[in-house]
Amino acid sequence: MTETMAPELTPWALASIAGGLFAVDPSGCGGVAVRAHAGPVRDRWLEQLRQLLPDKAPMRRLPLHIADGRLLGGLDLAATLKAGKPIAERGLLAECDGGVAVMAMAERLTSSTAGRVAAVMDAHEVVLERDGLGMRVPTRFGVVALDEGMSEEEQVPDVLMDRLAFHMDLIPIAVRDMDEPLWTSEDVGRAREFLPNVEVSDNILEALCGTARALGIASLRVPFLALRAARAAAALDGRDQVSEEDAALAARLVLAPRATMLPPSEDDMPEEQEPPPPEEPPEEEQNQEDQEDQDPAELDKPLEDRVLEAAKASLPAGLLAQLQAGLGARSRSSAAGKAGALQQGNRRGRPIGTRRGELRAGARLNVIETLRAAAPWQPLRRAQALADGSSTKSLRVHVRRDDFRITRFKQRTETTTIFAVDASGSAALHRLAEAKGAVELLLADCYIRRDRVGLIAFRGTEADLLLPPTRSLVRAKRSLAGLPGGGGTPLASAIDAVRELAESVKRRGETPVAVFLTDGRANIARDGSQGRTKATEDALGAAKELAAEQFKIILVDTSPRPQRSAQELAMAMQAQYLPLPHADAATLSSAVQTASS
Amino acid sequence: MDFSVHGRYLRQNKQTMALTFPFSAIVAQDEMKLAILISAIDPSIGGVLVFGDRGTGKSTTVRALAALLPPMEAVVNCPYGCAPGKQAGLCKVCDGPEAKDPPKTRQVPVPVVDMPLGVTEDRVVGALDLERALTQGEKAFEPGLLARAHRGFLYIDEVNLLEDHLVDLLLDVAASGENVVEREGLSVRHPAKFVLIGSGNPEEGELRPQLLDRFGLSVEIGTPEDLPTRIEVVRRRDAFEKDPEGFTKRFEKEDAELRKRITAGRDLLPEVVVPDAALERAAQLCLALGTDGLRGELTLIRAARGLAAFEGDKEVTDEHLKRVAPPALRHRLRRNPLDDAGSSVRVGRAIEELFGA
Repeated sequence: MTETMAPELTPWALASIAGGLFAVDPSGCGGVAVRAHAGPVRDRWLEQLRQLLPDKAPMRRLPLHIADGRLLGGLDLAATLKAGKPIAERGLLAECDGGVAVMAMAERLTSSTAGRVAAVMDAHEVVLERDGLGMRVPTRFGVVALDEGMSEEEQVPDVLMDRLAFHMDLIPIAVRDMDEPLWTSEDVGRAREFLPNVEVSDNILEALCGTARALGIASLRVPFLALRAARAAAALDGRDQVSEEDAALAARLVLAPRATMLPPSEDDMPEEQEPPPPEEPPEEEQNQEDQEDQDPAELDKPLEDRVLEAAKASLPAGLLAQLQAGLGARSRSSAAGKAGALQQGNRRGRPIGTRRGELRAGARLNVIETLRAAAPWQPLRRAQALADGSSTKSLRVHVRRDDFRITRFKQRTETTTIFAVDASGSAALHRLAEAKGAVELLLADCYIRRDRVGLIAFRGTEADLLLPPTRSLVRAKRSLAGLPGGGGTPLASAIDAVRELAESVKRRGETPVAVFLTDGRANIARDGSQGRTKATEDALGAAKELAAEQFKIILVDTSPRPQRSAQELAMAMQAQYLPLPHADAATLSSAVQTASS
Repeated sequence: MDFSVHGRYLRQNKQTMALTFPFSAIVAQDEMKLAILISAIDPSIGGVLVFGDRGTGKSTTVRALAALLPPMEAVVNCPYGCAPGKQAGLCKVCDGPEAKDPPKTRQVPVPVVDMPLGVTEDRVVGALDLERALTQGEKAFEPGLLARAHRGFLYIDEVNLLEDHLVDLLLDVAASGENVVEREGLSVRHPAKFVLIGSGNPEEGELRPQLLDRFGLSVEIGTPEDLPTRIEVVRRRDAFEKDPEGFTKRFEKEDAELRKRITAGRDLLPEVVVPDAALERAAQLCLALGTDGLRGELTLIRAARGLAAFEGDKEVTDEHLKRVAPPALRHRLRRNPLDDAGSSVRVGRAIEELFGA
């Protein structure tokens, strides 16, 4: 194990080690998130994993849009009809027992599917309450989540990521970097048997917990997963004690990829660092005191440092810069909210029950409900058919037209309100605070209507998407509160940004509504150059393009007196014009409401 | 493997369930534990909503409840687990012509029913018993999760991911304490009084205000920040995974202690007095916070009484009110999206102003 600790570990070697540890304890480690494009590297990695797992261990692929019945289990219709009594069908998760579930395109996984998988992982059993069946099927499996996400927008749902020990990035690995596996399936087999004997000392436990905290990892599941990984590493090496190297390895593989902040290092004084959460420094002191109180923990400190060092060594360079800028935490949380929102968005209307109906084109026959409707009459109908001597007497199930049940869907077109808030110097001077207030009111309103909201702010030279469409009020509130003011007014870029976002909202089958809060005085052109004339020209051009999108736009003039510039802009984008002095809460709210209904 | 299953009604029983992490072994998260214990003492408080980060032990705590609660007396063969001698809550079976007087009873564990994601409506409300229909051609009602949760707890993890039509259904039943089924020519009504416990992550999306208001207590939890606590959490979890039986044994005594306190609290509850001064304090607090409706006040008083009973006190004091005010009120404040102080802080401020620091 010592040689694997060498700092020149290639990404492939790390991925290979993660695969080995995972193969030793798939359900304990939860799983591996593999970020990679489909290609030889990923295939090779999966193949190596396959070879390390015991021969009998299932390795099943979970299709992306798997229905609940297949995922969790349900009524096996064919068998039920044949047997004349309900027969349950095992779901894929139950079939994965003892092996691995491979989820392809996990970045597109809905959070509801991810939630179901997570619940089964936690309980180690499938709890089924479907189709007239109630049962529990024990199952333990590990998950390999194949993440092909290209952008920030596409991420594996956090509810699943949190439960997967290893987060690997195979994208930088070239085909020539790949190597032979480090272990054979016999090694892994021995380790699997040996695993229950592996003990962990308190020092190791404390070092892992401390490192996780120093890296800003909030979830307690993570140090626990690191512990399992360290155990697997010791077992692979045939030791019954988790060593420092095992812990360092686990920190590199499990903790480092999740870091949200830089660990404080001895050279840097605290004030040089990016603002740590305010409560952090006192906590630190208090902990040290606590530790001194509890046990002579001073001796363990170096161990934690060494584990931390190992974790730090594998932080990617880009991440470091990102963390230094304090961006790490935000980008993660933004993904979290989106997953939930997306899940809500892409349904085709919710089933609102079934009704008796004819089978016509477009109608969805609800087979279960139809059979349920037919079920009670079977003995009767059979007897009747027999008595009549009709040709249907040999049928197993007598389904009549009367039994047909059609699923009814209620299509709900959801509205996404896009706020574009002018945070430039001129607006700040006037009334950024009031604009913020107006947005709040609208937010509260959107919340009640269960609309989704997105937030774009523009100042300086460009427009920023502060908040991708979400239904989380908490996050909208947070990003709005943190909005600074000052700088130029890049109106054209802002309008473009709104148009792009609106298009993506439309693609999702939802209705966009845009609300601009600006004084309409553009002074930064599309290309970032200064100058009022060019900027205004660009803004009006962008506004016309936006108008072509044909959706509801409201422009709230935030200047103290209604401005011509804002009015002209509103005209160009065919927006409803509301000067803020007249735009009290009720007017604003009803304007948005009429827009969305 | 033959997998033939009868969708037969099965009261959860301990033997079939895997060992759960013991309640008293759960580190920190005191507010959540207290809220759950108080609603175990007085179910009329109206359930608990737990909102918080991932990996904070929300589900673990609720699932631990099943093993902790003292068993209850139930009528034998009653599919709803009715209590003996409580005429008002009795179902058709216990009320029917074949019912014995006094009915035969036995001790059963209090149901803590997990509502899994992906549940279908027929399993929630109950529906035609498919097996009996198929094999015997009989129309019979097969009770669903709501029936199973009667007199116990219904737990919904990731409550904000639950489909809207199921949420509506739950609200209706939770409010009326009765499940009315009109399906497939069946017409059944049965008692379904349960304590609703929901948990979720606010980042996944907000809860509908109607549902929010329905929960008596609301708890916000986060991961413990201090290192020793964090270490202890991981250590215990690890010990449990390694040796579930041994670990559960270690906490048996503490669980038994807690169980005794719950029983004692339930016995004491009817005797706990709420003095006029406490009533006034509660009203003042709700007024200061501008909570909508009377539900907040009522819950606050009930929760304070539950806490007093749990602590063995015979009178509700300011101390009790102060401790339960945040969970009883924080989700009832009128929404103010830009007040950056969270609702917990606002409740805290109001308490401070009213009671003095």
